[in-house]
Amino acid sequence: MAKNNSNYGSDLRKILWIWAVISIIVDVLFWFLVGPHMAPGRLTETAKNDQMDLNILMICALPVIVGVWTYWGWSLTHWGAKQNGPEPIGGPAARSNLKVQTWWIASSSVLVLALAIFGTLALIMDHGSGGGEGPNPVWMPDGPVTQVETAALNGTATWSPGKILPVQVIGQQWKFTYRYPTFGGFETQQLILPANTTIVFNVTSLDVIHSFWAYQLGVKADANPGVNDVAFTETKGTGNFEVRCSELCGIWHGAMYNSGAVVSQSTFQQWATSTQAATAANTALLPKFAWTYTPDANGAAGGYYPDGNLTPYSSVQVYGAKQS
Amino acid sequence: MTISAERPTEVAASVAPPASKTPWTQRPGWMSQHLGTAMVAALLGYLLGHWFGNYVSANYPYIANSGQNNIANTLGLTGMVLGWLLGIGALNYPLAKLVGKDAPAESEVEGWSKYFRYSTNHKVVGLQYVVGVILFMFTGGLLAMAIRTELLNPTTHVFGPGTYAEIVSEHGTVMMMMATSIIVGPLGNYLVPLMIGSRRMAFPRIEAFSFWVFVAGYMVIFSALPYGGFTTGWTGYAPLQTQNGPGMISYLLGFAVIGLGMMAAGFNIAVTIINYRAPGMTWSRVPIFVWSMLATASLLTLATPVLFSAGLFGLLDKTVQTAFYVGEHGGSSYLWENLFWFFGHPEVYIMALPGFGIAAELLPVFTRKPLFAYKVAASGMIGVALLSFFVWQHHLFQSGINPDMRPLFMLTTEMISLPTGFIYLVGLGTMYRAKIRWELPMLFVMALFFNFLIGGVTGVFLSDVPVNVTVHGGFFVLSHFHYTIMGGLLFAFMAGLYYWLPKMTGRMMNKSIGKVHFWMMFVFFNLTFFPMFIIGLLGQPRRVFTYASNLQGLNDFASISAFLLGTSFLVFAWNLVYSLWINPVKAPANPWDSLGLEWQTASPVPAHNFDRIPVILTDPYHYSEPGAPALADFGGGAGASTSAASTESNPA
Repeated sequence: MAKNNSNYGSDLRKILWIWAVISIIVDVLFWFLVGPHMAPGRLTETAKNDQMDLNILMICALPVIVGVWTYWGWSLTHWGAKQNGPEPIGGPAARSNLKVQTWWIASSSVLVLALAIFGTLALIMDHGSGGGEGPNPVWMPDGPVTQVETAALNGTATWSPGKILPVQVIGQQWKFTYRYPTFGGFETQQLILPANTTIVFNVTSLDVIHSFWAYQLGVKADANPGVNDVAFTETKGTGNFEVRCSELCGIWHGAMYNSGAVVSQSTFQQWATSTQAATAANTALLPKFAWTYTPDANGAAGGYYPDGNLTPYSSVQVYGAKQS
Repeated sequence: MTISAERPTEVAASVAPPASKTPWTQRPGWMSQHLGTAMVAALLGYLLGHWFGNYVSANYPYIANSGQNNIANTLGLTGMVLGWLLGIGALNYPLAKLVGKDAPAESEVEGWSKYFRYSTNHKVVGLQYVVGVILFMFTGGLLAMAIRTELLNPTTHVFGPGTYAEIVSEHGTVMMMMATSIIVGPLGNYLVPLMIGSRRMAFPRIEAFSFWVFVAGYMVIFSALPYGGFTTGWTGYAPLQTQNGPGMISYLLGFAVIGLGMMAAGFNIAVTIINYRAPGMTWSRVPIFVWSMLATASLLTLATPVLFSAGLFGLLDKTVQTAFYVGEHGGSSYLWENLFWFFGHPEVYIMALPGFGIAAELLPVFTRKPLFAYKVAASGMIGVALLSFFVWQHHLFQSGINPDMRPLFMLTTEMISLPTGFIYLVGLGTMYRAKIRWELPMLFVMALFFNFLIGGVTGVFLSDVPVNVTVHGGFFVLSHFHYTIMGGLLFAFMAGLYYWLPKMTGRMMNKSIGKVHFWMMFVFFNLTFFPMFIIGLLGQPRRVFTYASNLQGLNDFASISAFLLGTSFLVFAWNLVYSLWINPVKAPANPWDSLGLEWQTASPVPAHNFDRIPVILTDPYHYSEPGAPALADFGGGAGASTSAASTESNPA
């Protein structure tokens, strides 16, 4: 037994050295080779920050995985019954080790707390990181967001390059449409955004819960009926992006996607102005711009209750009035 | 001193009244109550309930002149469950007590037919559960194969979108229901009394009830398919829930029925562990598997009522037009989300803790070392159980509810990785400088540690709100929870079966077939689910039947691996049939040289487990410790069965 107990920690020290070396190599390789290509890309400031958060988490996670796998590898090669290692020892020495336990608990606690603090700071500094903050967002980007939102609701908002752009995202089974309150509240199935602009997404639904996931923008917000879920992003350069529904919303959930584009500010203004003019007749039929809309009995989600008056869904039917 | 010492030896016989004629429960064979009578009574119950529902609510058909409405369906399925319980004999006792009579004793039929009856023997219930959860698992697995078939191609579809949504939803729900019971049911019920030195569970009738109601839940959730399925996924979010057709009734009632079984099983196991430990089995001598069962049972008892109520609210919405989840009428879809996940997150640990328990219980046996940091392991399990009630909103980070709470839920969620990490401390410490025997159960335990590491670390990614924006609702989260539940729990279940089936059946599982099973399952599990992390990071949402064409390569790779993963379960099934019936090899009394109390009773286990209640003298982890005290005094004086304590660690 004495032979076993002498230098009992030698294996552990070797494992720790191997771990440290492999961890550094893996982290460096990841950071430079994989990191720049991680989701969700760098189309917007939000996406760029989300990518950075993901990469930092990976940098923390890889050594943990490497550590356990190194230990596993060592056990496979050194501690099998077929290897001629020393006999295992029982008794108090093998039952607990205050130093090891303290180190384990302390280091994992420090790592976890550091990650929680980092995540919180990233969340706050990045204005909710593109996640849906509900009707009363607490972390807003710089600028008169509240005034712009109020003006949008009152129909007095306008947009010119450099200003904040509010956009409403309306989910319904099974498509997303977008309303631009700063351009007369027209509604379109194309999501076109100006570059270098702070965007305020006001996400709502007409029927069931959808989730607005603009992948390359780094934005995801649930579309709840009767709720205005607000999310922010700051576009940078131009580029295309995909929008998918990421909350199961019925049988055609898989087909609920479209694509959008970030274009230059002047192109955007041109597009928005011409679309506003082209869709003016349709816009006149739409309900007044509001944060949420209540479907009527004939609307997309109408007829929850079998009241004997069910009519088929009509694509030209207005979808309701402003919720009081 | 615990109660067990004063228990009378006779358990059930004392309640039987002196009958003038044989009560029906004591009749032999097919004339008494069994699976057949349960099925007949379930059918009659369904017809009666359905008729009654139509009688009282004929004006509410959901399709004109169909004679079908939600009330009739709900009452029909409820009647089916009641008929099932009545037919199997679960209600004999409560009904007799209701009218002030003594209940007839439960059937004491011996032989194979006892497995088809309402048995109050925990060993019979344990084996019944083995068959029950495997049935659940294989049907859920077939649905998974269907999902992967559909995803072979982004545009060519095998199923219609409606059928696909139903398959996905049914797969998720069935697997979640199965996973809540996969270890607690078979191994918890069978082993807890043996491990704590008890002759029985605290409430044998409630135990039998928990199994038979579990099977009833299986029937109810599968009744969704003939009713046209439901398209909400296993999460059942309203208003899609409200919008869904009659299949939704099966989902809501199914969770309520399964919930009854979960509460009953959890309550019974918790009470048994607290009150039925043998004398001398102090809390610091309780086997670590029993600690995990206690933590799990507490979660089952405390979290499931929320699911049960949530399901009933949904049923009321569907039947009598309440509006718990209907926003237009004053309800809220957030109510369902919160109730569901308030149950749903503890549920995640209901599915993780038993796996930790098995891993920690088996490690000392195969490393020939004592369990490292036993107290840390036990406190970690209790810590996980407590914390799991404070993390549920991380499922709702993008839902639009109170954003200012997100840092808190990010913190609690990341904190739960601390007690979860204890299991790695225990695992690594126990393996340190060991002599590891790479037997089948040990291979599965190692696979659990491998898989759960990936599952656990990706969980921290999901808890980070900024990263959650990218990964929530996509294949990343799908892969994450398959790594924890399938990679953790299911591998632990397999480890447990290979380890304890020799005790439960008296037969060894075939090692060669078992190795094929293990390597296929381990390799193809990882090849199936690891690519899904990448698929998710590349932007594929969950539960879709179309996806970006550039993801086809990865999806096809995952699908083909999934088919081979499915095949590994056929190998497992073949091993069961081969080892138990075709070529049975008698198991030695203690094939793994374990010090555990469950291996120290006779094999096969006598009806009352222990001829004399053992007096526990120490904990069961004194491996490689010469001169260690005996585990227990079985009546022959201390040291009677201690030979394994200091013997050679390598029997091969």
